[in-house]
Amino acid sequence: MAAITAPLPTRAAPARRRRTGGRASWVTYLVAFAFVGICVAPVLYIIIGGFRTNSEITTDPSGFPSTWHLSNYLDVLESSIFWRQVGNSAIAGLSTTVGVVVLGVAASFVLARYRFNARGALYALFAAGLMFPMTVAITPLYILIKNLGLMNSLAGIVLPQIAFALPTTIIILVPFLQAIPKEIEEAASIDGASRLGFFFRMVVPLSVPGVVTVGILAFIASWNSYMLPLFVLNDETSYTLPLGVQAFASQYSVDTARVLAFTSLSMIPALVFFSLFERRIVGGLTGAVKG
Amino acid sequence: MSDTEGESSLTIMTSPEGPSAAGDGARAASSPAPRARRGGRVDWRKHLEIAVLSGPAIVIFVAFVIFPVVMAAYYGFFKWKGYGPPTEFVGLENYVTIFQDATFIDALRHNGFILVMSLVIQGPFAVGLALLLNQKMRGRSLIRVLIFVPYVISEVIVGTGWSLMLQTNGAVNDLLIKLGLESWTVDWLSNPDVAIWSLMVIISWKYIGFAVILFLAGLQSIPEELFEAASIDGASYWQIQRRITLPLLGPTIRIWAFLSIIGSLQLFDLVYIVWGQYVAATAGTSTMATYMVVNGRNAGNYGFGNAVAVVLFIISLVIALTYQRFVLRRDTEGALTEGKK
Repeated sequence: MAAITAPLPTRAAPARRRRTGGRASWVTYLVAFAFVGICVAPVLYIIIGGFRTNSEITTDPSGFPSTWHLSNYLDVLESSIFWRQVGNSAIAGLSTTVGVVVLGVAASFVLARYRFNARGALYALFAAGLMFPMTVAITPLYILIKNLGLMNSLAGIVLPQIAFALPTTIIILVPFLQAIPKEIEEAASIDGASRLGFFFRMVVPLSVPGVVTVGILAFIASWNSYMLPLFVLNDETSYTLPLGVQAFASQYSVDTARVLAFTSLSMIPALVFFSLFERRIVGGLTGAVKG
Repeated sequence: MSDTEGESSLTIMTSPEGPSAAGDGARAASSPAPRARRGGRVDWRKHLEIAVLSGPAIVIFVAFVIFPVVMAAYYGFFKWKGYGPPTEFVGLENYVTIFQDATFIDALRHNGFILVMSLVIQGPFAVGLALLLNQKMRGRSLIRVLIFVPYVISEVIVGTGWSLMLQTNGAVNDLLIKLGLESWTVDWLSNPDVAIWSLMVIISWKYIGFAVILFLAGLQSIPEELFEAASIDGASYWQIQRRITLPLLGPTIRIWAFLSIIGSLQLFDLVYIVWGQYVAATAGTSTMATYMVVNGRNAGNYGFGNAVAVVLFIISLVIALTYQRFVLRRDTEGALTEGKK
């Protein structure tokens, strides 16, 4: 960085302006600020709305709270329904993530480092999964889950979520595992490691960055998923947060402020999770685009 | 582990790109004899490992992705209420019904509109914003986090929030009145001339951050030297953008467009959440997927719903394959042959 931004002969200046060196002008800041505002304003509307009273919202829908009421938020935080849904979402999200990571790494390892006849076909099978969106499969999936006796159970959404996350996972991880230099593998086998020893001692640690990306994507997808829970979870006690938000919004449609508070609180985990791992996700996207 | 085993694993675990790589070819040619001698035992072990490692993923993938898709095709030929095995075979009747149903044709038209408008609205905006944000500026990482916020929060939250804001007596109309634009106030969600544009606003708001971040990631991978070389040759800022940045960003744009097209065809959540199952069709925002759920599962016509799923799938597949064949080919070609050069 320092080398690039260091003063160079004037002829190189335009290049620096374009990329690393150039200072953004006030126009850039203005546009960036406006765009960020558009992205954030509706979210702020939801959050701030939760601090208002219903009569305020009715008489002045776009105003600020005259006094900031905490009661809507406290009501939600005290309700067992909200926490049960947070728990359900967390269990479903974590189970999905663990399942995707374990199955995905193992299968990607096979596809990346073993040579066997069906390898191409197997890769094509998973890659074809990208063409099969859940929308198409949802009704038979629902019937399958009903027949397996998994209706209203979190397992009924976790298993399909793992399955539908596998194509992306494998497509991201296979190039990652292929990039591990052959020399490391040769050294390991000279030192007496078996293929599986190599897998557990070298591949698993080396693939951590890719695994983290894949895991985050799977977790956020699970946390936000709507269609599958809508079909599989009919019993309110098994609801995950998205279903909970919707049920709450229709049940308390006159109590707008409380709906806004409920909605605000339900987005916090995904936002926190994302802010923590933002670099990883963007990094993973870069890899996926190039791969 | 013995040395011989280590050696054999070297032969097996060579470059994943297979014997086409020159080095591998040579090695494979030079070592067929020892491989054949030990082949049986080693292969058995290798295949066991392959089965144990990839088996669970294959089983769960086939059971919950492939099998349901195949079953959708099968159920689509039946009149079936969803319980017991389907017995009333009706052939193509469901499909005839679908294409004679004006509400399906409407839904299909809406999908097409959403597809085109998503590309037209989000694409240029996102490219412009990515170019702009790819400069050194204060708070850049915070900006990146904030523009990703709409993409990260769930469709339900987006739908609930926007539907409250867009109601007749909601925040948007109230804001317009405060700004003295009372004549601009509209029934954003129920006026059929306006509703689909409201949907486009919600969709663009939700997904444009993803496009921007994707393009920013693509811009990061363009080598700095190219810009330096171009500017030394006297190219202007705009020439550099047009001749170097945009072409090199091409693969990223094409992949984004592909994801956007597939997403537009499959759109369900936002419409179903904001408009609900009865209103979408009259408000002019229904999609093939909402049509499928409303006229399939919700109406108890599972056979019919599956036929809709098949139509949706075939349309997506044809568009996806055409796109891959004609647009993405030059991108994937490079990736596939990379190991062989």
